[in-house]
Amino acid sequence: MCAAHHTLDVPDSARRSFRRRTTATARRVVERWRLFAAYVAMGFRRWSTYRLAMAAGAFTNTVFGLIKAYITVGAIGAAGGAVGGYDAATGATYAWLAQALIGPVNVFGWRDLAERIRTGDVAVDLARPIDPQFAFLATDLGRAAYTFIPRGGPPLLVGALVTGLALPSSPLPYLLGTVSIALAVMASFAGWWLLNLAAFWLLDLRGATTLYLVASNVLSGMIIPVHWFPDWLWTVASCTPFPSLIQTPIDVVMGHVTGTEALSVIGVQCGWLAGMLLTGQLLFRAGARRLVVQGG
Amino acid sequence: MAERLRPYRVLLGSQIRSQTAYRRSFVMELLGSVAIGVLEFTEVYVIFANVEFLGELDFAAAALLFAIANIAFSLADLVVGHVDRIPIYLRMGTLDAFLLRPLPVLAQLITSDISLRRLGRTALGVAVLAVALPLNDIAWSPAKVLLLVVATAAGAAIFAALFVCAAALQFWLVEGSEFANSFTYGGAYASQYPASIFALPVRVLFAFVVPAAFVAYLPTLALLDIPGPPGLPAWLGWCGPLMATAIWGVALLSWRAGVRHYTGTGS
Repeated sequence: MCAAHHTLDVPDSARRSFRRRTTATARRVVERWRLFAAYVAMGFRRWSTYRLAMAAGAFTNTVFGLIKAYITVGAIGAAGGAVGGYDAATGATYAWLAQALIGPVNVFGWRDLAERIRTGDVAVDLARPIDPQFAFLATDLGRAAYTFIPRGGPPLLVGALVTGLALPSSPLPYLLGTVSIALAVMASFAGWWLLNLAAFWLLDLRGATTLYLVASNVLSGMIIPVHWFPDWLWTVASCTPFPSLIQTPIDVVMGHVTGTEALSVIGVQCGWLAGMLLTGQLLFRAGARRLVVQGG
Repeated sequence: MAERLRPYRVLLGSQIRSQTAYRRSFVMELLGSVAIGVLEFTEVYVIFANVEFLGELDFAAAALLFAIANIAFSLADLVVGHVDRIPIYLRMGTLDAFLLRPLPVLAQLITSDISLRRLGRTALGVAVLAVALPLNDIAWSPAKVLLLVVATAAGAAIFAALFVCAAALQFWLVEGSEFANSFTYGGAYASQYPASIFALPVRVLFAFVVPAAFVAYLPTLALLDIPGPPGLPAWLGWCGPLMATAIWGVALLSWRAGVRHYTGTGS
């Protein structure tokens, strides 16, 4: 009724064109999300083919988790029962969760795009009617979704059996944790996207890759919780996006941070993610402009 | 003898020339290798920023342990680390070329891709050792000097054998190459920490199955005259060469079984 009143004095033709425009925009948005979902599904399917590799990865993550959990527990015991807010049980849980996140967050990264830039295959990506960053991100989310259980489950299972896990009993930390992990997956993607783009300017990426790996492994809390860092190193870490990849999602899942504090660390993740994706978008365009692909 | 070694000398010489041809790239990779060492040392540093002792070791002793383990691992990685690329050779069929040449496959594989950049990590280990040695209270004697040298060499041999064992497994695993990483890189990780912090079954695993404790932990105990934890007396620190011989035996036997199992990918 109200709507009828409102549109009463709008000419018929204008109303029709307005409706056409809105339905066209809506259709474009729906189409874009359908495409995104299709890419996510493709990423999921692509990774589900490599079952043995997945099992091998989970096994290795678990063995390293075992060593890391004992180092953590050993250090906490030596310190008299608590270090940086972790007791033996929560310290071990941290180590196992970090190992479980290696696969989904893709800590050791990917170099596909750099390889495509080097060989010129990136020309194909540029010719497609979809933004390459958008497509790569969607595929990576599909990959993360597939690896979540097979790569994350075994370390946590062994952890529960060997040292026990100290996890919260209310559902809220898990809910927020899922959001935080999803943001970590995307932030990790955005970081590696930037590194891959360096291939537009550098011939040999191996040195840069190693330096990035070292920085991200230390400063994310992958090796050891960021809360254990001496002040100077903590300051360095908090100036980088890396704690958002491992330390933040674990803090949220373990209920180390709750309520508004949890929302604020998730906000920090969102900020880094948006900044890195945008930088990646701009740098990709700059790189594509100077790209020359030979051949025919 | 010299005539027999000539092909390897030629292969190695060409490797060294090709890797150092692009100076800037090589320096970047060398720095990357140093950075990996720094990464691992950061973990030790951060732990000792929070605690005074880990196991029975203080920071100086842990740094000594780290240095021996790192030098040993980086030397092994330099000489044979690239054999973990064997799944690629198996998939691509390039191993067949090695099989056709009149030289042992393992020796060819080792000399085919020595990675000089890994010397960066060795350099870091030596630097840490140089700082750590005077900080530790060691009752020096000729025997202890010998122990330090022998332990480092035996440690490198142990890691090298682990790499060969892992490579031999690849003949069966191929796709699951990461399984083997648990023992090579996992062993390297475990070797950098006092084995006394592990629960007994894990301690036995990293002492007598994957002999990581023999690389640096036991020699460090022997150097510092610290009695070991239950099951691992400090005198075992002298047994690195025995362990290295034993594990090389296993490595060579499994390598031979692996090569015999290999049937080629066809063409």
